[in-house]
Amino acid sequence: MLPNIPFIQKKKGQDKSKVFVPSRRDFLKLGSLATGGLILGVNFQCSGPKGELVTFAPNVYLSIDSTNQVTLVAHRSEMGTGIRTSLPQIVADELGADWSTIKIVQAEGDEEKYGNQNTDGSFSVRMFFEPMRKAGATARHMLIAAAAADWGVDPSQCDTRDGKVIGDGKEIAFGDLVGKLKDTPVPDPESITLRELSSYKLIGTDVPIYDLKNIAMGKAVFGADVDLPDMKIAVVRRTPVIGAKVVSYNDEKALAVPGVVQVVKIEGSGNPPGLDKALEGIAVIAENTWSAIKGRDALEIEWDLGENKDYSSKKQLAEMLQSTRSNGKVRRERGNFDSANRSASRKIERTYEAPFYAHATIEPPAAIAHVKPDGSCEVWAPTQHPQWARGAVAGALGVDVSQVKVNVTLLGGGFGRKSKPDFVVEAALISKAANGPVRVQWTRDDDLHFDFFHSHSAQRIIATLDSSGGLTGWNHHTVFPAIGSTSSKEELHPSDGEMGLGCVDFPFNVPNIRVETHESTGNTRVGWLRSVSNIHHAFAIHTMLDEIAEARGKDPLENALELLGEDRDITFQSEMVGGEYGNYGESIDNYPWNTGRMKNVIRTLREKSNWDANKAAGKIMGFAAHKSFLTYVGCVVLLEKGADGKILIPEVHYVVDCGVAVNTDRIRSQFEGGAQFATSLATTSEITLENGQVQQNNFDTYQIIRMPAAPKKIHVHIVKSQIKPTGVGEPPVPPFIPALANAMYQMNGQRIYKLPFKV
Amino acid sequence: MPNYTLKINGESKEVEALEDMPLLWVIRDLLKMKGTKFGCGQSFCGACTVHLDGNAVRSCSLPISAVGTGEITTIEGLSENGDHPVQKAWVEHIVPQCGYCQSGQIMNAAALLNSNASPSEEEIEQAMAGNLCRCGTYNRIKDAIVTASKSL
Ligand code: FES
Ligand code: FES
Repeated sequence: MLPNIPFIQKKKGQDKSKVFVPSRRDFLKLGSLATGGLILGVNFQCSGPKGELVTFAPNVYLSIDSTNQVTLVAHRSEMGTGIRTSLPQIVADELGADWSTIKIVQAEGDEEKYGNQNTDGSFSVRMFFEPMRKAGATARHMLIAAAAADWGVDPSQCDTRDGKVIGDGKEIAFGDLVGKLKDTPVPDPESITLRELSSYKLIGTDVPIYDLKNIAMGKAVFGADVDLPDMKIAVVRRTPVIGAKVVSYNDEKALAVPGVVQVVKIEGSGNPPGLDKALEGIAVIAENTWSAIKGRDALEIEWDLGENKDYSSKKQLAEMLQSTRSNGKVRRERGNFDSANRSASRKIERTYEAPFYAHATIEPPAAIAHVKPDGSCEVWAPTQHPQWARGAVAGALGVDVSQVKVNVTLLGGGFGRKSKPDFVVEAALISKAANGPVRVQWTRDDDLHFDFFHSHSAQRIIATLDSSGGLTGWNHHTVFPAIGSTSSKEELHPSDGEMGLGCVDFPFNVPNIRVETHESTGNTRVGWLRSVSNIHHAFAIHTMLDEIAEARGKDPLENALELLGEDRDITFQSEMVGGEYGNYGESIDNYPWNTGRMKNVIRTLREKSNWDANKAAGKIMGFAAHKSFLTYVGCVVLLEKGADGKILIPEVHYVVDCGVAVNTDRIRSQFEGGAQFATSLATTSEITLENGQVQQNNFDTYQIIRMPAAPKKIHVHIVKSQIKPTGVGEPPVPPFIPALANAMYQMNGQRIYKLPFKV
Repeated sequence: MPNYTLKINGESKEVEALEDMPLLWVIRDLLKMKGTKFGCGQSFCGACTVHLDGNAVRSCSLPISAVGTGEITTIEGLSENGDHPVQKAWVEHIVPQCGYCQSGQIMNAAALLNSNASPSEEEIEQAMAGNLCRCGTYNRIKDAIVTASKSL
């Protein structure tokens, strides 16, 4: 299967939608959800993660029973972004339900019913805002129709609020209308009116996350928390080098560990490893996790290390950096950079390096699988992408997808890692060998060694200025092992999709632009991590812009505002060379790159961060503004030297324009967390490989930020907007890193060209 | 395999386990209490934090043979209905994102307040430095600890 990354193709076709009462057979299958009363299914089409048209057609998405219980289905994976709350929140608001009594049930992975459930690419709210509104509004229309008929009043005089229909001085609870709804037809979608944005009571407010109390009580169920009768635990010794093969192994000592019951070999995918395959390894199956870990330690394995055995990430990075000196494959061309270069009165040429990063979710991968005697398989997993897991498991077991059921648990962090189903496939293969239910448990060293890393990268940017300080030319070289290289050795250049993440979509008004890529090979598993290629691209571009501002003698905010030019929508497509501009899967007409919105973000940031007053007071600050995943973000980072000489981040200011804000608390929390995540990328984290092997084993060597060094006050200002909503999971990360690097320059006069850097 | 009697959340539990089995796996795999989490197995992340006689310990690195007669409290035993002041403050500040680290954060914060009822910002930072949160909820954790300390 191709990397399922949220970008590239444009959507086609038109929006068809319908709401229906499902057949009795359909909803009986969902016994836990529906116990009579009003049950509605929907069939909507919307734009999918790759821009394709996706069907969202759950047989049941909403039920109301006679006890007044409203139940909604959450079909996206919850990994900390709050999506399990935000989408039901939209339905409930349109419905006029009483949020405090709503029940949410998690949907299983089922493409036919829910369309693509890949929770990645910050697109859940963007994609489902309209369908969720229509779904809720349809049920509201039906409830109102039933009540109005009963009261003999016109439906237009009625509304819903707090789980009741009100009108004509009367009110009735939804539950009491359930009996009458049998004869109420489902209204035609054309006749449905949505509430005014300004009249929403839940949308645009701080609705607490649904699982809050359960989490605080330790009751929330994550992947490894699922427990089945007679379940065994497996821990795997995987290939030390990607592509290595087991020559022979001795399991005598492992089997002698009390509690160990079986040792099995997992046939690996080889090289390239693929995104959805198990790695070669030996699994130790035991009665409990500790016995499995001890059994693994006791394994003796002889490996054929294969073609990556001499791989050094340091050496590859040096070669990649060298390659940026030559001409590459041109990906975007505007004007003629060569002539700008020839006539430049000043040139700034810089290189940038960034390392491999691991996701390091605090919950390491774990999955439970039960392959039954009839060959069918049921899975419980913290997966961002249940259908991919379903298909990959079916493929690995050689059964039809209909034989595989995937239950989605809460995710203890995802950040892109848990969209890849390799660990779920492992669980299924081991369960098959064990003839019973198995949990495969990854340890922290497994997680760091066998992640799908964010690629390391080298870049070179040459900026040319004319004699009056005008920026005349921009030449950006970028090279990094492409995500595609994990699946194919032929993928030597970053894809269009990866180039659309903060590189070819350089929005500044420069007459001559050339963007080039260079070749590099994949020698480990790479994948996508929170904001993907935006991480290194934004770092290079916005630290360079800070140097340009300095060279032009301009304030960096002024510089950005000026270079963005007139308020306008930018289309990149005509300047793409041999490729397409992805725009995160959306058409550029529906979601244009609007310079006015970005300028508004920067001006608001200037005010909210007290930029001018702080500057006059001599405070140390850095700035960057970057659009990613269709959301516009500006960031100012302040720095301060503590009494002990340590540099601290006392304040961060974000301004975000994400269109309509659905759950304001979760938007803020994504930015608060995004700043911390980005601080780790900028200052503490780095994965290196020598002899093909990852050198970091745990949080002592792969460090993430801890509370004492974490940014302290993170202020998030959300721009009020009526424009279609866009996601916020990833956009906080890209601008933070250059803003911090630019502040470091103000602090000590040293420009930063390499991640991670010491503060 | 040896037998052990553990005092956990006010109850006495018998388990049979290898003597080097960390308390974390005893709690999760043998006693089937899933609120205490595994994050690193080497005392680096704090996800597995429980109380031993009121002090925060990393259960991933404490072999069962070293527990002795100490009183163990896990997140399940911190309060009956989630109304420990720390839990209430966590809800008030909507601290969690994914939630995975939060049992350990809450147990560590509760132990901190046991020994220091009104910690300074710096004392909070130092006491919580061993608890990682990849989602980055640190500032809300700090605010929640301050709120909890006021209600003690
Ligand atoms: S699991 Fe015990 S400190 Fe990380
Ligand atoms: S809330 Fe996700 S790791 Fe802390």
